[in-house]
Amino acid sequence: MSQASVELPPKGGFSFDLCKRNDMLTQKGLKAPSYLKTGTTIVGLIFEDGVILGADTRATEGPIVADKNCEKIHYMAPNIYCCGAGTAADTEAVTDMVSSQLRLHRYQTGRDSRVITALTLLKKHLFSYQGHVSAALVLGGVDITGPHLHTIYPHGSTDTLPFATMGSGSLAAMSVFEARYKEGLTRDEGIKLVAEAICSGIFNDLGSGSNVDICVITKGHKEYLRNYMEPNPRTYVSSKGYSFTKKTEVLLTKITPLSEKVEIVEVAGEAMEE
Amino acid sequence: MSIFEYNGSAVVAMVGKNCFAIASDRRLGVQLQTIATDFQRISKIHDHLFIGLSGLATDVQTLYQRLVFRHKLYQLREERDMKPETFASLVSAILYEKRFGPYLCQPVIAGLGDDNKPFICTMDSIGAKELAKDFVVSGTASESLYGACEAMFKPDMEAEELFETISQALLSSVDRDCLSGWGGHVYVVTPNEIKEKILKGRMD
Repeated sequence: MSQASVELPPKGGFSFDLCKRNDMLTQKGLKAPSYLKTGTTIVGLIFEDGVILGADTRATEGPIVADKNCEKIHYMAPNIYCCGAGTAADTEAVTDMVSSQLRLHRYQTGRDSRVITALTLLKKHLFSYQGHVSAALVLGGVDITGPHLHTIYPHGSTDTLPFATMGSGSLAAMSVFEARYKEGLTRDEGIKLVAEAICSGIFNDLGSGSNVDICVITKGHKEYLRNYMEPNPRTYVSSKGYSFTKKTEVLLTKITPLSEKVEIVEVAGEAMEE
Repeated sequence: MSIFEYNGSAVVAMVGKNCFAIASDRRLGVQLQTIATDFQRISKIHDHLFIGLSGLATDVQTLYQRLVFRHKLYQLREERDMKPETFASLVSAILYEKRFGPYLCQPVIAGLGDDNKPFICTMDSIGAKELAKDFVVSGTASESLYGACEAMFKPDMEAEELFETISQALLSSVDRDCLSGWGGHVYVVTPNEIKEKILKGRMD
């Protein structure tokens, strides 16, 4: 019987085995890596029929733009969506996890998910990690009790608001909302206001950029307008493209042909005699 | 000095017409001293799925062994190969599990999915997926690689042209980075074959 334990796939939750080694490396003078952040402008507002969420699409790694068109509006439930700012891995992981928990809850109760359920699951998780899971979220949706919009901060506090902005571009976007928001906006007015707020974040905040994504949620219906506006098209592409006069020198080439997988065809015939 | 600059690396993947190419440099160093000039950074998971890992070399090898283990288990249970999108989610989950004490490497995943549609993605060291339709880069030479790929990339290139483009982008970027280089290793994968080429580059 072997003494060594078999490495089984883990049961879930965080694992801390490399922490000691990473601390040792940091003490030796090697800086820790920087994570992909979504500098971001994310907004939400409540209009007459429901909720509109908006986000920009730039993902940064330090000062470099790592992704020019990432998706920051995450699916939670058919009637609930969540925009995320902060460390990209944290916003994606936390929204995916709560989305799965909501689905299991829907199967168990047989009812549509409520926004307040998603809110409580998210704030519980974020509070228990005391802000180390760096996810700032704008959660919006329409359930049986009506439209709801909430903001969730990385330490676990929440606010319930008629209009909200988060991220590095939140001040730019909030200035647009404070000037022009009123109750009972129509769908088109709401979309126009959200697009303007995100654009003010894109143009004035260095951590936000590229395109505008919008999600409109109403009772029983949702519309995800990916790349609703593209105010920053690439205009400098050379039509000829690059032509390389001097080819790369190759030292060694190895070609592995991939065979087609064999298909077994059942031929209807006589059964073999025993 | 950053932990990623301890060993030095450059990995890039590009999408072509029903094919993809993934390339890396070949240097393994300990800060400024070169230890090896034939380090394998790109590994095959199955015939249509490759993963290139940049960053701390020990974590590159450990993570690769863990991923091969999980893929083999998957093959035994499901009796088929993993799709690239599924594999990307698996890598993301394995990296996020170590959120507060991460593997110090950044993977670049490239594969051919259903209908021979190429799929590429990269992640930061804690598993934030970045799906791109054109190219993805990682490593110490990543800033130069971003610039070179932005300029040289064209959509829908055939395998030959894709090979030329990715090689030129890789070699010109690593020439501007002290910590990566010493040749290049390029894999161009089409539905029918895998072409592996070793490039001649500046050996400094």
